[in-house]
Amino acid sequence: MLRFLLRRVSLIIPTFIGVTFLSFLLIHLVPGDPVLARTGERGIAPERLALLRHEMGLDQPLWRQFVRYEGQVASGDLGRSVVTEEPVWREFITLFPATVELSVCAIALAILVGLPLGVLAASRRGTVYDYTLMGASVTGASMPIFWWGLMMILVFSVALGWTPVSGRISDEFFVQPVTGFMLVDSLFSDDAGAFRSAVSHLILPAIVLGTVPLATVARMTRSAMLEVLNEDYIRTARAKGLSRGRVVFIHALRNALIPVVTVIGLQTGALLGGAILTETIFSWPGVGHWLIEAIQRRDYPVVQGGVLLVAVLVMLVNLGVDLLYGVLNPRIRR
Amino acid sequence: MSNRTLAVACALAVALLAGGARAKTLVYCSEGSPENFNPMLNTTGTTFDANRPVYDRLIEFKPGTTELEPGLAESWEVSEDGKTIIFHLRHGVKWQANRSFTPTRDFNADDVLFSFDRQWKDANPYHKVSGGGYDYFNDMSFPKLLAAIDKSDDYTVKFTLNEPQTPFLADMAMDFSTIQSKEYADALLKAGKPELIDQEPIGTGPFEFVNYQKDATIRYRAFKDYWGPKPKIDVLVFAITKDPSVRLAKLRANECQIMPYPNPADLASIRSDPSLQLMQQPGLNIGYMSMNTQKKPFDDKRVRIAINMAIDKQAILDAVYQGAGQPAKNLIPPTMWAYNNDIKDFPHDPEQAKKLLAEAGLANGFDTDLWAMPVQRPYNPDARRIAELMQADLAKVGIRAKIVSYEWGEYRKRLQAGDHQMAQIGWTGDNGDPDNFFVPLAGCAAARPGGGNSAKWCNQDFDALVNKAATITNQDQRTALYKQAQVIMHQEAPFFLIAHSIVYMPMRKEVTGYVMSPLGGHLFNTVDLQ
Repeated sequence: MLRFLLRRVSLIIPTFIGVTFLSFLLIHLVPGDPVLARTGERGIAPERLALLRHEMGLDQPLWRQFVRYEGQVASGDLGRSVVTEEPVWREFITLFPATVELSVCAIALAILVGLPLGVLAASRRGTVYDYTLMGASVTGASMPIFWWGLMMILVFSVALGWTPVSGRISDEFFVQPVTGFMLVDSLFSDDAGAFRSAVSHLILPAIVLGTVPLATVARMTRSAMLEVLNEDYIRTARAKGLSRGRVVFIHALRNALIPVVTVIGLQTGALLGGAILTETIFSWPGVGHWLIEAIQRRDYPVVQGGVLLVAVLVMLVNLGVDLLYGVLNPRIRR
Repeated sequence: MSNRTLAVACALAVALLAGGARAKTLVYCSEGSPENFNPMLNTTGTTFDANRPVYDRLIEFKPGTTELEPGLAESWEVSEDGKTIIFHLRHGVKWQANRSFTPTRDFNADDVLFSFDRQWKDANPYHKVSGGGYDYFNDMSFPKLLAAIDKSDDYTVKFTLNEPQTPFLADMAMDFSTIQSKEYADALLKAGKPELIDQEPIGTGPFEFVNYQKDATIRYRAFKDYWGPKPKIDVLVFAITKDPSVRLAKLRANECQIMPYPNPADLASIRSDPSLQLMQQPGLNIGYMSMNTQKKPFDDKRVRIAINMAIDKQAILDAVYQGAGQPAKNLIPPTMWAYNNDIKDFPHDPEQAKKLLAEAGLANGFDTDLWAMPVQRPYNPDARRIAELMQADLAKVGIRAKIVSYEWGEYRKRLQAGDHQMAQIGWTGDNGDPDNFFVPLAGCAAARPGGGNSAKWCNQDFDALVNKAATITNQDQRTALYKQAQVIMHQEAPFFLIAHSIVYMPMRKEVTGYVMSPLGGHLFNTVDLQ
């Protein structure tokens, strides 16, 4: 197990360097720079443009800027936003809990709903349940998030008034950020209604962000289950006279989980992509929203640092998934 | 920050409980996050909006107009030669307080000196704090314009200029001329945290800053010691909501009461919603298409006029602005005092255009590029669509235009360098002075490579008129000069002037007292909720 872990961890370092290189290269390849991005129609005198670029080190050759950046990152410094002048890691830490809260709820929704639906569809293969569920999941997986989010807002928030439109908590509550997780902070706040408000604000964005992973998990569970349900040992289990529930949930599901766990791991990366749109629609102050703004403003340190931190997290999640395989299937540990 | 905000929030809660009434809260669905809390450092309207509740300037714009009125300066005198301006400061103006700072004195001349020295002088300890960009201070040529700023006594400040410059007074009402507290700055410097001055602002304005949750909300409360008319609401919240459809959904759900920048497509449904009202005002802006007069064939006036006649302006207004614009015939919008209404716009006359082209030796037309911005701007909702309409009209007179676009930063850079032949661009006024349109957009100094005069048009007569107008204080005389300058611009036709857009402001029916600013900013001092 230790060797397996070491092997996986050693792969993180080259990936890490690759990510810094790519994020650096891509944002520098996009035309424009932070100075131009803020000048507007007014323009800027060439001398002043040169001065500001010099101050930001943008007049250096690209390779030298990259070497300097790598050195800076290696010493643990991600730099400061050129827009707000705040350290990148501090902005990230402030905003990241909002993204985690939303993503965890979305993935929890995907698992709690998607897994049983997949099992149901597989065990009722070819019935109306199966066709309905799989039809719905194809629709869900191909749903454009922006449109879907706006539709949900128009129906549930504007027409029915059941849920709030956007934000993390109603403006009447002022919850002091302690953990940064609104559900936790509001639970410990003195205001009785704060927690309920936080939950109600989370419902729509979690559903919107969770839709694609939910559909994917349901489809994956169904096909993995179908494969397993045809195995000899399942027939044997049935022949032994075990109940249908026991056969499906104990014997089949555990073996069907490996591909499902893989998909959940991969979805975590995709989730961060989806979070960018979901956070924009629901004015959710998370890292997705933050990165988009940074790209528009050519805030190089934020884009590079933010992408790096997100990439590290995806790597860690994938590592966790790999370790989980070992738990689910001892053969992989070797 | 966290303890401080907690303390302020608790104080607020106690105050409200003691008052026995629910705080009157106005939520404004703002369109983006402020960069920080110091307008000297920024150029975006979003950041200015977030700072205006807190800060004041020596001179203010009278609400709803571009006229000037006393702010922190009760009065001012301009010397005969226009080079010396003496400000008499208001007495008894209180500074706000926060957890780490309690003011011991009222506003005085030291604060004025600090606020300008910070932007102007390298030696000021705050000059480099928070990046020290001061774009506006530089762009409005203040380093070149200012000779000295002196304190005559605690309530008198003298500004000496290198040359007479009438728009200087309007500049003093702009956001970069905000006054910060020197006492607060000194205290923060001593504490080793100078950057907090731009994150936890202390001002003299109608609202006190309470807290900012990044990308989510900004909270303010009414400042009880404000020197001017007290705000009618107790708490002001900016709920940051980037998407215009979501802002409207929040407005309909009463999660906010006012929002800026609606989608043009939503205007009809806003009008028909009984719970909403829609205010509107002509914007202080211009959308236009520049012809590069330093490139052939646009160096020939006849070609430029032919293009003005070939394009159907009304069709663009109908198809793209959809009621949210008025056709432009001058560079400045009609709400400005120097507007020349006697100018007759070129008629849409393709036959005449063809004749003019033939006279210029271009009977078979010519090939050109036609640039379209990649982004929506306040003065131009869809440059690409406008370019397509122009392209079709130009084809009818034999001009073959190829539509070109670049990334927005790159677009402006190349445009200002003069890489284009024909290009769309526009402008939003800063201070309501005609000088702020004519000089940066059409003056000779701005026609250099890298300058904002995108027609690269330098007409000595025009230039002499607008430069002279900037040195005269008498408004009637200035108007006469600007009107003459507009005649020259019309005759020379360096631009195809498209439109001045109309700015809309949807709000709940319960909102009263909101005054739209022609300068595009959003102010809440006068707002009440029924």
